[in-house]
Amino acid sequence: MSDLLNGLSQAFWLVVTLDPDLVEITLRSLRVTLTALLVASLIALPYAALLAVRRFRFRRTTIAVLNALMGLPPVVVGLIVYILLSRSGPFGVFGLLFTPTAMIIAQVIIIVPLIASIAHQSLRELWSDYHDLLISMNTTQSQRIRAILWDGRRALLTASLAGFGRAIGEVGAIMIVGGNIDHVTRVLTTAIALETGKGDFALALALGFVLIAMAIAVNMTIHWLTQTEQEGRW
Amino acid sequence: MPLMPMTATGALSRRRGKVLVGPVDLTLATEGVTIVIGPNGSGKTSLLRMLHGIARLNAGDITWSCPITEAREKQAFVFQTPIMMRRSVRDNLMFPLRVSGVAKPEARARAEEWGQRIGLGEALTRQATVLSGGERQKLAIARALIRNPEVLFLDEPCAALDGRAMREVEEILQNAVSGGTRIIMSTHNMGQARRLATEVIFMLGGLVHEFSSAPPFFEAPRTPQAQAFLRGDIVE
Amino acid sequence: MKNLLIGAMTAALVATSALADDMKMAVTTSFHNSGLSDILLPEIKKDLGLDVQLLIVGTGQALRLGEAGDVDAILVHSRKAEEKFLAAGNGTHRREIMYNDFVFIGPKSDNAAIATASAAADALQKIEAAQAPFVSRGDDSGTHKKELSLWSAAGLDPEGFGDWYRAVGAGMGSALNTASGMNAYIMADRASWLNFGNKGDLALLYAGDPVLFNQYAFIPVNPEKHGHVKNDLAMKLENWLVSDKAKELINSYTINGETLFVFNAKQ
Repeated sequence: MSDLLNGLSQAFWLVVTLDPDLVEITLRSLRVTLTALLVASLIALPYAALLAVRRFRFRRTTIAVLNALMGLPPVVVGLIVYILLSRSGPFGVFGLLFTPTAMIIAQVIIIVPLIASIAHQSLRELWSDYHDLLISMNTTQSQRIRAILWDGRRALLTASLAGFGRAIGEVGAIMIVGGNIDHVTRVLTTAIALETGKGDFALALALGFVLIAMAIAVNMTIHWLTQTEQEGRW
Repeated sequence: MPLMPMTATGALSRRRGKVLVGPVDLTLATEGVTIVIGPNGSGKTSLLRMLHGIARLNAGDITWSCPITEAREKQAFVFQTPIMMRRSVRDNLMFPLRVSGVAKPEARARAEEWGQRIGLGEALTRQATVLSGGERQKLAIARALIRNPEVLFLDEPCAALDGRAMREVEEILQNAVSGGTRIIMSTHNMGQARRLATEVIFMLGGLVHEFSSAPPFFEAPRTPQAQAFLRGDIVE
Repeated sequence: MKNLLIGAMTAALVATSALADDMKMAVTTSFHNSGLSDILLPEIKKDLGLDVQLLIVGTGQALRLGEAGDVDAILVHSRKAEEKFLAAGNGTHRREIMYNDFVFIGPKSDNAAIATASAAADALQKIEAAQAPFVSRGDDSGTHKKELSLWSAAGLDPEGFGDWYRAVGAGMGSALNTASGMNAYIMADRASWLNFGNKGDLALLYAGDPVLFNQYAFIPVNPEKHGHVKNDLAMKLENWLVSDKAKELINSYTINGETLFVFNAKQ
């Protein structure tokens, strides 16, 4: 119990004094996860729309696989990406291992299935609403996809924020491909793992509280910027 | 090239093995208002959807007087439950124009003009999903008419409307007819049928049971089922 | 004017390239937890202009990274594994730098009475006899291998142990956490123990047997196998690690007044 209170008070002091180490790893956490979120959304959302709108034989299988991939243990993804990016591996020449870029790559792989799966569910509903109308208007495939992506944007935001939540708290994969190198690839979650390993629970908790607060702040900012939950707006 | 006349030969539509409508042999001339009537389940909706092309044609042919690629462009369909896009009234009206490649400023102007015409001038920025039933149907019709279609299909457009809304809708439709739009519409309301029809299709059991011009049909229908139907009896 | 610009750009370039010297070294959790790296790294930066980026992993992973050429050098403490590493051509040579010692930690109540043991083997035999809960690293690390060799020297085989022997498969800190939570015995390196923040009811019960000494060695990754490794920087680092300055820093490093490491490199 004292650890929790110590953690809270340490968190408070670290934030209020703008502890430089804390600021550095927090900004790096944000940079890695937000970049991964952007890239993953650019891949997952149009893909989910295509999946919702297009008729093809293996739709059901594809969706089942997508849903199953959501359960991929992040640490396994990390291991696979490590093997690919290792100097002894196929993409070693790019020297990406143990850099924030490697961490972004791993996180993109982890959250794309999640974002696509959630987005697909709402886009599919929207499509079944619009189906007759858009076919009757003789729209092209690309016009249909753009229409449901735009009209369904609130649900897409929800899907993206789910991806953000998964990525910001992820530690297994980025530990392996990032290496938790001080001042280079250390982020909030890997620092928490390190401090926990050292037995410094109070500091680990403090970093944990900062992480939670930051995740809440990001979510609230995005909701405020896009003005959801306002009267009269869908 | 004009769309009409249109000919259906042996046209049949199936779903999950069951025949919804057909086989149908029909020719619709260039001018007029065709009203489709018949008991529930007789295939009115399926006929309209099949002629328009959104229900699959499993047998037979539907031939328009222009190539099939142009045909869809020049038609529009208003569904029984109006499909509202989750955007503003104005954006709903602009959508079909933008799809056809009309530039944004022009599309916007035309959308606003139509919005005024149907009495939703004040509601242009409101979300279409918050409109009342009558307002939605008027919006759906305006959205269908905004591209100046040659043929307008309507599936029981006034089924859920009150008297005033129905009057407004019929006025819009009459204006469209005077403007040269060919209307093919199903309805349950015999009064409306009599008011609007120049010719009548009476459906029964998925088939065209009677097809004739309006005045003789209403005065003296040929078949006993049509007679019974007009009397108000239950027809199977 | 143009010359001034070129001069300025060159100076900037030189300055940045001077700042840009960095290399990656895999070290063990035991080494990092001692806190010694926090003392050494800034001095290395100052003296050599070299940024040593530490990857803190278990011994097994450190050797794997060296084998794959993902790091430029490794610093581990597991002689047999190191020799295997060199035999496979993964490193150029091993250079002994310093040693610390392992200690036996356990609950203050000391049910197995190892505080009065005569030797490390004796302490382990007492633990086995009492079937007292014992946490093992279980992760094939230098520490783990040392622990297994000690059991073997005491004539015991962990394969046959009962539930009281708990192999956790984790780093030193995590294993200590687990021992603290279970109030169990555990073998740890002195440095990790002194720096450990969650001691709970545990205390240092036995130490001093020479067989518990723990030798750290530095191995540069073989540039013939992996052409891209920064072997020149690794050699620079090695020379610094065996220098008098390093000797001074290592020998005078204390936690709570206790020295941890003894510098024993042949200079």
